[in-house]
Amino acid sequence: MSATHDHPHADPHAHHPEHHVPSTYYEKLTTALMELLVEKKLFKAEDVQGAIERMEERRPERGARMVAKAWVDPAFKQRMLEDGSAAMRELGMEPGDMLLTVMENTPQVHNVIVCTLCSCYPRMLMGPPPAWYKSRPYRARVVREPRAVLAEFGLQLPEGVTIRVHDSSADLRYLVLPMRPTGTERWSEERLAALVTRDSMVGVAVARMP
Amino acid sequence: MSFAAGERVRVRAMFPLGHVRTPFYARGKSGIVERVVGRFDNPEQLAYGRSGDKKTLYRVRFEQSDIFPETPSAHDTIDIEIFEHWLEKA
Repeated sequence: MSATHDHPHADPHAHHPEHHVPSTYYEKLTTALMELLVEKKLFKAEDVQGAIERMEERRPERGARMVAKAWVDPAFKQRMLEDGSAAMRELGMEPGDMLLTVMENTPQVHNVIVCTLCSCYPRMLMGPPPAWYKSRPYRARVVREPRAVLAEFGLQLPEGVTIRVHDSSADLRYLVLPMRPTGTERWSEERLAALVTRDSMVGVAVARMP
Repeated sequence: MSFAAGERVRVRAMFPLGHVRTPFYARGKSGIVERVVGRFDNPEQLAYGRSGDKKTLYRVRFEQSDIFPETPSAHDTIDIEIFEHWLEKA
């Protein structure tokens, strides 16, 4: 930055809102607590960094891998429907204490997940939930008018299809196993996984068509 | 009181204060036990740092139109996880 242009407007970040918003009470509290715990040697700053990195590794791609495997391997699908957490471990993914319950979509039944009380979501498999999943309108409306809500996501289900809404009100976490798109008969697991979107595993969409 | 899968149950219409994981919309409504999930710490105690109060957790399936008759969605269902002390025979 030259001396002649030395005023805030020359800084491309100057108008970024975050630069002008002071930390909130809870942000300050969180930072202070973390610094104190590090100072007291309960854990190291690197441990915090490591935990953040592990959190960021949890992305919907992990769920997509599991769905694609279920599409090509009926025995695995059966085990996954019986015990989702054990199926995760089989693929080398750590569910922690999450009790993963898999709900299979069929031509007759479509499943959709919500947490009407807060934002419970299979984070160990999919990462943090999208903003709409945590929003009050989604949480309140998907139980009251599931068909209207799904239609707003672009999903029009035939009248004859039963919608099962699963409210994650206690200890279980849910994953929807979407139906395998037709025309993918000889596809590899990897190619199939690319068709499995986050929204299809929440149940507000179906898998991508090839 | 314990229930078996397939049994009809009603969610107690009670309104205690504190941390409760039984959705308001299900209270007083009846449904069918979809499965017995297992024994878990009661969240109403866990929320206040008291563990060890194990309760049986059930998945109960309700007809959407029984719960929301003003916006009925025929044949559609709502499954909710509910602890034993919130359920009674219906």
